[in-house]
Amino acid sequence: MSSPIVKLIAQRVALGILLLLAVSVLIFVGTQILPGDVAQSILGQSATPQALENLRQSLGLNDPAYIRYFRWLGGVLTGDLGTALSSGQDIGSSIWPRLKNTLFLALCAAVVSVPLAIILGLTAVRYRNGFVDKLISGIALASTSFPEFFIGYVLVFVFAVKLQWFPGISTVYDGMPFSDRLQAVVLPAASLTLVVLAHMMRMTRAAILNVMQSPYIETAELKGLGAFEIIRKHAFPNAIAPVINVVMLNLAYLVVGVVVIEIIFVYPGMGQYLVDHVTKRDVPVVQAVGLIFAAVYISLNIIADIAGILANPRLRHPK
Amino acid sequence: MSNELDFLSRTVIVGKLSRRDFLGRAAALGVTATFANSLLSSAAKAQAPVKGGVLKAGMQGGAATDSLDPATWSSQVPYFFGRQWGEQLVQIDATGVLQPALAEEWGASDDAKVWTFKIRKGVQFHNGKEMTPADVVATMERHSDANSKSGALGIMGGIAGVKADGDTVVFTLKEANADLPFLMDDYHLMIQPNGGKDNPTEGIGTGPYKVSTNEPGVRLGGEKFAGYWRDDRGFADQIEIIVINDPTARTAALQGGQVNMINRVEPKIVELIKRVPGVTIQNVAGKGHYVFIAHCNTAPFDNNDLRLALKFALDREELVQKILFGYGSVGNDTPINKAYPLYTEMEQRKFDPEKAAEHYKKSGHSGSVLLRTSDVAFPGAVDAAQLYQQSAAKCGITLEIKREPGDGYWSEVWNKQPFSASYWGGRPTQDQMYSTAYYSKADWNDTRFMREDFDKMLFAARAELDTEKRKKIYADMGTMVNMEGGVITPMFNDFIDATGPNVGGWMPDGNQEMMGGYALSKCWLNA
Repeated sequence: MSSPIVKLIAQRVALGILLLLAVSVLIFVGTQILPGDVAQSILGQSATPQALENLRQSLGLNDPAYIRYFRWLGGVLTGDLGTALSSGQDIGSSIWPRLKNTLFLALCAAVVSVPLAIILGLTAVRYRNGFVDKLISGIALASTSFPEFFIGYVLVFVFAVKLQWFPGISTVYDGMPFSDRLQAVVLPAASLTLVVLAHMMRMTRAAILNVMQSPYIETAELKGLGAFEIIRKHAFPNAIAPVINVVMLNLAYLVVGVVVIEIIFVYPGMGQYLVDHVTKRDVPVVQAVGLIFAAVYISLNIIADIAGILANPRLRHPK
Repeated sequence: MSNELDFLSRTVIVGKLSRRDFLGRAAALGVTATFANSLLSSAAKAQAPVKGGVLKAGMQGGAATDSLDPATWSSQVPYFFGRQWGEQLVQIDATGVLQPALAEEWGASDDAKVWTFKIRKGVQFHNGKEMTPADVVATMERHSDANSKSGALGIMGGIAGVKADGDTVVFTLKEANADLPFLMDDYHLMIQPNGGKDNPTEGIGTGPYKVSTNEPGVRLGGEKFAGYWRDDRGFADQIEIIVINDPTARTAALQGGQVNMINRVEPKIVELIKRVPGVTIQNVAGKGHYVFIAHCNTAPFDNNDLRLALKFALDREELVQKILFGYGSVGNDTPINKAYPLYTEMEQRKFDPEKAAEHYKKSGHSGSVLLRTSDVAFPGAVDAAQLYQQSAAKCGITLEIKREPGDGYWSEVWNKQPFSASYWGGRPTQDQMYSTAYYSKADWNDTRFMREDFDKMLFAARAELDTEKRKKIYADMGTMVNMEGGVITPMFNDFIDATGPNVGGWMPDGNQEMMGGYALSKCWLNA
């Protein structure tokens, strides 16, 4: 490891932190311009002006916005995400199980979809423009083109209602045996896999095909290497940067973009938690969840960036 | 005659005769619906309850923001869970009659201003402590406190003082109220140890199930409470409520056998669900109704002729068929229907283009009338508004429809804009319904119906202990709202629940969905 790499990584991480700060400002401003007053939404229709004033005072809503922002930021930096307005529960401790559930589902979907997408991509390249390539691309594109709720409902109808192999609702809870938990997430993970598969598969295929035009592939062919050998040894390592990028983008999607799937399968993850609190105008929770989502997104992108740089000697040694 | 009724009621229980047919045949024999219903329930009781097992309900109406504090309840799931772990002083039964629960008996002073409830002895809380009159008083105090933000604050407003006196609790009222015992059935008024003042969210009550799992918006569970004081409910060993807000997922969960019962089956899929083997649709007429509300004090709706024109321009039958798919009944421009005690039949207002046109002409209004609607106003509210637009057009009235976003509809549109779509869940008594939404000073007077003579009748009826006289006053009030009010009531919706195979003990109860909220306590799993 040479020092330019360390410097590069440090730069990226610093940039990420800066970005996260900017996002935190955006989230704060965004929640401020939502219609409706927080105190009013907590107290509801029966609120008296005195009660409203008392609550505004105790929530510190009468302070200028920038003071409230720094107070909030200070809390976040010291690990205090605040208290949910609607239920009075500590946000940190109620988010954690939800976050674990979301990560578990994302992990299950990723463990299946990432290797599958890459293998299918490689296979498609091997048999490019032939029947296998078209079949793989066709199926993957079709599954991506359907809206995710449609795929979810079809899976529920076939596997939960008709065949009754898997549960149609994926309620998981603490203390649930691991095998039950796995069984519960089969259908949502399968829907997510179908949704993200095509993007990664197509990108792998395109990136490798791009490399396949290069003269050194021809050299490899002339050396007498088999088609799969060439792809594995020469094409794939050179195509890895864009593949990592698209894989990371999809992983981020699996964490932050699965609200619809969570609602269809009644999965207690972050998405449902966020939606519940948005409708109640529970600003501290919305801010906390928004920040966590942003952090996941930014860190996965940093990882993609760094992995891309490490994988590519030209980026490793910038002029 | 009674032999024939006996035969009929047993036929219903074994499923050879539908409940509606039974009631029809019973009526032909000259039996009132109330009596016929109670016959049915005794026939169902003859089918012995089975103990044990885990009974599960899949429900709409829960969120991660729910709490176990009864004061905060406003949606279906926390309310329904509360009915299983908590109890009030009294409980309204399926026929609208008040039954003793934690109070054994009650009575009023002659002027209906002082009410005395005799508190049941030997009832245990889930924490092992015995329930005392002091706990009852503390509960009432907590919900009367303006700072508690309790959902029951509105109905506690008329109570001047509550105190324990030996085995009894005495309520002193500011004004006479013949319906006070009915107020005590309110689901917020679950009796808690020391009224829940120490820890409002601990979920300790006297109900048949004690709280064992509380994951708000996900899963709520109860275990049978060994020390429960009565044996006519609490048959399953465990109960579970799984929050399934998506209607399709809820239906699939019932079909897949992951839950034994669900609430809120959409009317449009009822016919499809009926064909699924093992699944039974449980629908019952309730007090809930859908409304179009016009502000009586805001132009152009301050003109009664325009309001009457709008009332005659609505085809109620069409809405019941097309929006509720027949699972409901037509409304009559009041919030009251035959499900209420002390109801008096009134001439049904029908779609009448000529009268509508006549009143419209008299009103002198010209141009279009703006009606605001939204998906959340009631299921099918946007379609209903469009049907209304078409029927109004036949009367020469132009309705302009504005579709508002669901988010913020209840804070920005309902009770603010002069003409909008909405719904009401119904209340146990006429007094409560009128006090909540038609009394001139009520916060939720969403039609801005401000009539001193109406308020006077409301108070007179409330203080009247003579049932016949009360009934007469309520009839007059109904007529006044029907003729001059700002509410246009197209329909009363049925509660439509569904049960899976093996669920025993289900009885129709129109007080609320899911058997008046008692489905998990009163049903059992057939082995």
